[in-house]
Amino acid sequence: MLPEQITPGLLVFAAMGGIAALAALGVILFPNAVRSALCLVLNFFVLAGLYFTLGAELLGITQIVVYTGAIMVLFLFVIMLLNLAAPQQLNEKGDIKKPLGVVMGLGMLALILAQLQVAIGKDFGPRSEANFGTPEVVGRTLFTLYAFPLEIVGILLVVGIVGSILLAKRKI
Amino acid sequence: MRGILQILTEEWTTSLPGWVQALLRALLLVLPLLILVPGLIWLERRLLSWMQDRIGPNRVGPKGLLQPIADGVKLFFKEDITPSHIDRFIYFIAPAIALFPAFAIGGTLPWGPLYWLTPVADVNIGILYMLAISSLGVYGVVLAGYGSDNKYSLMGGLRASAQLISYELAMGMSLAAIVLATGSLKMTSIVYLQQQPLWDTVNILQNWFIFTPFGFISAVIFLICMVAETNRAPFDLPEAENELIAGYHTEYSSMKFAVFFMGEYAAMFVFSGVFAAIFLGGYNLLPIRWEVLSELAPSLAGFCRFMEWMNVNFSWLWFLGKCAFGICVYIWIRATLPRLRYDQLMSLGWRSLLPIAVTNFMLVALWMVVSRVYGPANGWISYFVGAIIFAIGYSNVTSASRRAKGDTLEQRGITMTDGGARRTIEVIK
Amino acid sequence: MQGVPLFAYIALALFMFTVGTVGVIIRRNPIVIFMCVELMLNAVNLTFLAFARYMPAMALQHNAAQRAQSQMAGQMMVIFVMAVAAAEVAVGLGIIMAIYRLRENIDIDELNLLKG
Repeated sequence: MLPEQITPGLLVFAAMGGIAALAALGVILFPNAVRSALCLVLNFFVLAGLYFTLGAELLGITQIVVYTGAIMVLFLFVIMLLNLAAPQQLNEKGDIKKPLGVVMGLGMLALILAQLQVAIGKDFGPRSEANFGTPEVVGRTLFTLYAFPLEIVGILLVVGIVGSILLAKRKI
Repeated sequence: MRGILQILTEEWTTSLPGWVQALLRALLLVLPLLILVPGLIWLERRLLSWMQDRIGPNRVGPKGLLQPIADGVKLFFKEDITPSHIDRFIYFIAPAIALFPAFAIGGTLPWGPLYWLTPVADVNIGILYMLAISSLGVYGVVLAGYGSDNKYSLMGGLRASAQLISYELAMGMSLAAIVLATGSLKMTSIVYLQQQPLWDTVNILQNWFIFTPFGFISAVIFLICMVAETNRAPFDLPEAENELIAGYHTEYSSMKFAVFFMGEYAAMFVFSGVFAAIFLGGYNLLPIRWEVLSELAPSLAGFCRFMEWMNVNFSWLWFLGKCAFGICVYIWIRATLPRLRYDQLMSLGWRSLLPIAVTNFMLVALWMVVSRVYGPANGWISYFVGAIIFAIGYSNVTSASRRAKGDTLEQRGITMTDGGARRTIEVIK
Repeated sequence: MQGVPLFAYIALALFMFTVGTVGVIIRRNPIVIFMCVELMLNAVNLTFLAFARYMPAMALQHNAAQRAQSQMAGQMMVIFVMAVAAAEVAVGLGIIMAIYRLRENIDIDELNLLKG
């Protein structure tokens, strides 16, 4: 389970993983929604780096384009739009739910961790081919073996676009 | 062909220890941006004033060349005012974020055919990387707008985010057409493919993408989108001074304002470089294949060899020249076009650029398939037929929607008479 | 990467997923809840990619086609998750804006009209 020796790769992972974990905590701990969003941006950015360390370079860059570049900008846009309209709306008050939620989360963490101890033995190793994440390989698989799911996802995206336009229109 | 400089630098650089090489390449990234940005400011002010029939700054130094330094000194020594109710962390981090993308993209610009002339790394996914990092540029603007605790700044940031999302799409699609045609995302291999014969037929000229029909359309769309992404006139709505004071940097002063300023100019420079690399043949001086020309005209062989030598050894200079050209286009556009209205900005991005870019992308696919199966001539015919069908359909759809919305000139009560000499404009409602 | 065990990636993903879950429970701002959902999706993405890269030793006995499939499947899932997340964000933020326009209030605890 634990690594035998400390390698440079492990140190890099520790740094990136630490930033990602702290940023994830920041998302739920900052009362201010913009700061939460910023933490999430940082988290996604570091995750892209982790994807690179796993060898999935296309997905790493797609992560930056899709998540930090588009989705989080959209989030910030909406937060700021609501902030402009009603600055006091987005502040939160304390609640009984909070400690309960934390306890439940910790319980879930412990349960899954106990399962993982059994499930992941030592025999897992980085055994994929070195080029398994390059655009060529991913594209070839995506457009042959996974062509049908890809089309379905395309339809889903179109439906999403039409739906969000309908939601945003004041009068149809 | 190995030039003198090439041999010198190759042997010289490979004999150095690794960290010195890394340092040199980092300097290659940072120095052009840092040295050129003050020069760009001078160039913009002088060129703009020349275009507007003014004189411009001409007091400090010869031709006013030292004006940026004077401005810089002034900015450094100005009082740094920090508003009281701001979100301090976000307020302070925003200028740094605004500066980051320009340098990050600058690391992949190909300054020449040699590997060390690409400052950081010639990444395999160069174009995607460029798109990804350029989309991060908006965070500086948005966070500055939010952190300043000022409604005008906030509106500037809002506008910037909406603008970026809208134009990022068209930019990505216009580049997708080029990627489809080249089959590569790597900057240097895109430049290399532009050294092949023009349209695969004209042996003597290079196939710069701006000379091909699909490349020209992509280039125009990319140019518009890059002006929009760098928040330059006529797309400078986030800092529209007649509506929003100064937009997102209203509350910034002294150094922090200077950093925003620098970020904008560095981004201009870097985007010009990307444009040059993808559409203008990268680091090649002229779109002429010298070795083919020297075979065709043996009397010019010496001249051709000289030009080839120049082309290889001073590649960084030609690339710099193309960047300068791109910046002049930026300034030219700024001097020529009035700022767009917000709804015009949105409808230009979503209703014009995006459909045209997507259609271009699909037509490139059609062209590739047809020219592979039925030969290049049929490929071009199918491309143009597709383009004409699209143009007719597009103009029908837009005019129909305009008629349905009541947006024609007649319906708005505007009658244009001949030559625009007499206009009767009635405002309805 | 050299020397990093699979468990490290999975543990990080698990931590992010838990944080996301807790966030969904304890926060009242629907936008932050939404962001926590995104965090959970990304945690799962990381798991997919980690398992695409790391294989058990017995995978070496499979033939090349099987191995190629098993290392691509994770990446494909990540691509689909990203696409679905993008669609979800567009629609979800649209819904939040629509609710705000209707009620002038987006506190998740006060949006209880469907209680019956």
